[in-house]
Amino acid sequence: MTMAAVDELAFHEFEEAANLLVETPHAATTCRSDQLTSQDHVAVTVGSSVGYGAEEVEEEGDKTAVLDRIKGSLLPWPGHNFVRHHLRNRPDLYGPFWICATLAFVLAVTGNLTLVLAQRRDPSIHYSPQFHKVTVAGITIYCYAWLVPLALWGFLRWRQGARERIGPYTFLETVCVYGYSLFVFIPTVVLWLIPVSWLQWLFGALALTLSAAGLVFTLWPVVREDTRLVAAALLSAVVLLHALLAVGCKLYFFQPLPLERVVPSLQAASLPPNILLPPTQPHPMATS
Amino acid sequence: MAEAEEPAGDPATASPRPLFAGLSDISISQDIPIEGEITIPVRSRTREFDSSTLNESVRNTIMRDLKAVGKKFMHVLYPRKSNTLLRDWDLWGPLILCVTLALMLQRGTVDGEKDGGPQFAEVFVIVWFGAVTITLNSKLLGGNISFFQSLCVLGYCILPLTVAMMICRLVLLAGPGPVNFMIRLFVVAVMFAWSVIASTAFLADSQPPNRKILAVYPVFLFYFVISWMILTFTPQ
Repeated sequence: MTMAAVDELAFHEFEEAANLLVETPHAATTCRSDQLTSQDHVAVTVGSSVGYGAEEVEEEGDKTAVLDRIKGSLLPWPGHNFVRHHLRNRPDLYGPFWICATLAFVLAVTGNLTLVLAQRRDPSIHYSPQFHKVTVAGITIYCYAWLVPLALWGFLRWRQGARERIGPYTFLETVCVYGYSLFVFIPTVVLWLIPVSWLQWLFGALALTLSAAGLVFTLWPVVREDTRLVAAALLSAVVLLHALLAVGCKLYFFQPLPLERVVPSLQAASLPPNILLPPTQPHPMATS
Repeated sequence: MAEAEEPAGDPATASPRPLFAGLSDISISQDIPIEGEITIPVRSRTREFDSSTLNESVRNTIMRDLKAVGKKFMHVLYPRKSNTLLRDWDLWGPLILCVTLALMLQRGTVDGEKDGGPQFAEVFVIVWFGAVTITLNSKLLGGNISFFQSLCVLGYCILPLTVAMMICRLVLLAGPGPVNFMIRLFVVAVMFAWSVIASTAFLADSQPPNRKILAVYPVFLFYFVISWMILTFTPQ
């Protein structure tokens, strides 16, 4: 190519080429650019090199990119692979990190609000800010959203290590998929304030379906080349862990009723030390 | 005194001489007085400043820093587009505010149950690590504000919430009740909005326009958490 042609080269994103690449990410696409006067062919070879190179983009895009990814996670579709369609091999850390932070705080806040509402209905329940739940929520959500993708990524790399093709996603892409899939739980958790039990389970099931479907559709292209047993086992493990998270959060953060049985037992537990103390001195019940 | 002698001769036949060699042969016929006094009319400012801050009383030093902190408090309470907070940042104000807030928020007595309000360390960690995380976030998004300037702004903008905490404590002295709760909710909501507006007035300019909301949302979450801690505070 002449030097003048090199100067006029610019990367143009062509819609049909992009859609083609989504289906077969390892294809080499040749397109003619109409801008070049010298009628040279611009060969665009997109392979895994673009995906791995984009790892250095930590926070990518602007608010439309993040919103677009959130919408993509809310509406999973069998053909749409989240990584290829929405991430376009450029993962960002903004979404996973702040979605996890928001989810942890919303869990703790709405869990506390259910306690307030329960106390309104039944004044015998003792209200307390329950600040330790913030810590528990934060640790749980962050460990889930970062350690499970790590395990999944490691497992997929081990499974495809026998093959030559570079199939699975990078670690950041897996973290991204998990992070954005947790987004659907945020409105669900807010809706769990409604104290109707079957409605809560309905919302939970709906959120779990959407979220797990997003994960499964994303993982399916990678996993389908493996044996059926491993594929089925992996997908069901992913869905099971997700369900475990949802049910665990529901049970831990949203159960005010057992508390009224817990409070009398706390008082009963602190009685024996009182009895052991000399009865002449009235000690307060404050024992650590 | 030697007289100036120029070697007369043909320059072509003269041997090459080093430059300025003839200068030493030139004599000056009359004296030019080159003696006198050199005095600097004004003493150097820095030396005066150094010795004065070293020798000044402790009260002056503390009052100067307190005045700087107070001036920044005024800038937070009446947020305008000034960059005093950014230009001379300091972290004394945030430290004072954070310690005050944590002292007022912590549980009064060590009681047996583990669910209560936050402890001093929890509030401290949330405030400082939250501010650091938000600063890192805005730097990763490409903001052109420095690390400590951002920490300074976020810390100073906790002032309205600290005022809200004091008001809530006073209101709680009157005894719990729904009216009590509505007053506290209103006060905390107003101060929360004030904090967010004040900090975005300082921070939003440093971001490119398509990422402003991405940088502002974590600030919103941060002050929301602090407001939540203030609102759910119940005295033991």
